[in-house]
Amino acid sequence: MDIPFLIFTLLQILVILSVMIAAVTCTVCFARRVRARMESHGGPQAAPQPLADVIQQLRKEEFRPGGGLPLIYLAAPCLAVIPVFMTFAVIPFGPEYEAGGINLFQIADLDIGVLFLLALSSMGVYGIALAGWDSHGNDFLPGGLRGSAHLRNSAQMLSYGLAMALSIVGVVLLTGSLSLRIIVESQAGTFWRVVPDWNIIPQLIGFFCFFAGAIAVSGRLRFERPENGAEMIVGYHTDYRGKRFAIYFLAEYATMMAVACIGTVLYFGGWYGPAFGPEFLRTILPLFWFASKVASFLFVYIWIRETLPRFRFDQWMGFSSKFLVPLAAANLVLTGFVLALRYG
Amino acid sequence: MYPVLFYLFAAAATGFGLNLVLQRHPLYSALSLIGVMASLASLYLLLGAEFIAAVQMILFAGAIMTLFLFVILPLPLLHGGEEAGWRRSRMVKHLGAPLLIVLLSLLATVIDRQFPPDSMVRFGTFPGRTADIGRQIFLYYILPFEAVSILILVAALGAVVLAGKSASKSD
Repeated sequence: MDIPFLIFTLLQILVILSVMIAAVTCTVCFARRVRARMESHGGPQAAPQPLADVIQQLRKEEFRPGGGLPLIYLAAPCLAVIPVFMTFAVIPFGPEYEAGGINLFQIADLDIGVLFLLALSSMGVYGIALAGWDSHGNDFLPGGLRGSAHLRNSAQMLSYGLAMALSIVGVVLLTGSLSLRIIVESQAGTFWRVVPDWNIIPQLIGFFCFFAGAIAVSGRLRFERPENGAEMIVGYHTDYRGKRFAIYFLAEYATMMAVACIGTVLYFGGWYGPAFGPEFLRTILPLFWFASKVASFLFVYIWIRETLPRFRFDQWMGFSSKFLVPLAAANLVLTGFVLALRYG
Repeated sequence: MYPVLFYLFAAAATGFGLNLVLQRHPLYSALSLIGVMASLASLYLLLGAEFIAAVQMILFAGAIMTLFLFVILPLPLLHGGEEAGWRRSRMVKHLGAPLLIVLLSLLATVIDRQFPPDSMVRFGTFPGRTADIGRQIFLYYILPFEAVSILILVAALGAVVLAGKSASKSD
């Protein structure tokens, strides 16, 4: 491994990380604007609103609920945010474009990209599960309520993660590869010159499971989300203030962003779209298509979050284990059957 | 580069392993076990077995450890936040250290006999790529694979039945 390659790669990681953090901050602002429109009021007006939010969070007084384990309290926000940002390492943002010996639009093209994403998403639950630990044992009653609600959130993340993983297998079957770049490249071209050859068309059921699972896993829902609007005594909203709360908040929105990127790569043909014009435009347009697909994905995300009613926890868990997981499994069997008929 | 990484992750695995045994709080032990799994996954990656590394993270560090955590998390609710008592038995006091030395020397002898020290452990002819593993499982080991999946299904059903029984009794 030579030194220039290492420096270029580190620079690339730095650039992509900064762009993603900026994009996540913009998503926060975007979500607030959309919500304000849906509730018929203005919302935050100025563009620097996210910056003001950050400064406000950083200046807040911090405290630590006593009686917990200090090391866990400090480690939990890191455990929440690191796996999320690691997902951006394998996502191909554009076609292969070599410069200085590195692929400019993707940090690492892993052969096991999909498995890498699943491993990271299974790590994500620890950040949430450990967040409520600190205020657990203080007073019995609130602690008990917190504890049970807190276990429910982790349980929700687990069961919906299962549905999500099962639905992704459909795409993997269709492509025959675990590499995210190959999955995107298999979606090039169009049917009848108009309809793009995206995975969402053969995998509509799988996409439904993926999306429902993704919403529940990232907790961005008005109903039964990890901070539990109506109960408000659970998770990181109770235990964390200021900087550490800001880290959790960043992790939550970064999860939304990561899911939007993964959905775009798996189901919406990644960077593919009409490319035309001079050389420069042909290089830039794929990035534009990728970004606009991610933005539309995020809009639908926020839209669903604002309009769906709140379900009871048992209904919500039953929906996953009695409907979503069997549906994803059926989709898998159907996909396998069709592929066996076609190639067998 | 590779030897440095190997010693780094080997040291991490050993350190986390020791920490797992030495910690008094179960939560710290569980987190150390996750550390052990993650270090082992990194070692698998260094050997070129990326599929096994990923599965190690998803299954052991992810799914199984989350189940451990689910058992540990309600503990302060059950015990009111008190740490469990810590008593040394007399047998441990007098026999512990000698037995530990015997065990370690036995392990060292076996490892010394089995693995000559000048050759590194390699996966050798073992096919490490995902497609190779899939081909092996579904072409040559399909019967054991199916048998294991039925076994796991039976175990899962059994767990549900047993849990349901104790729940209905306590009501």
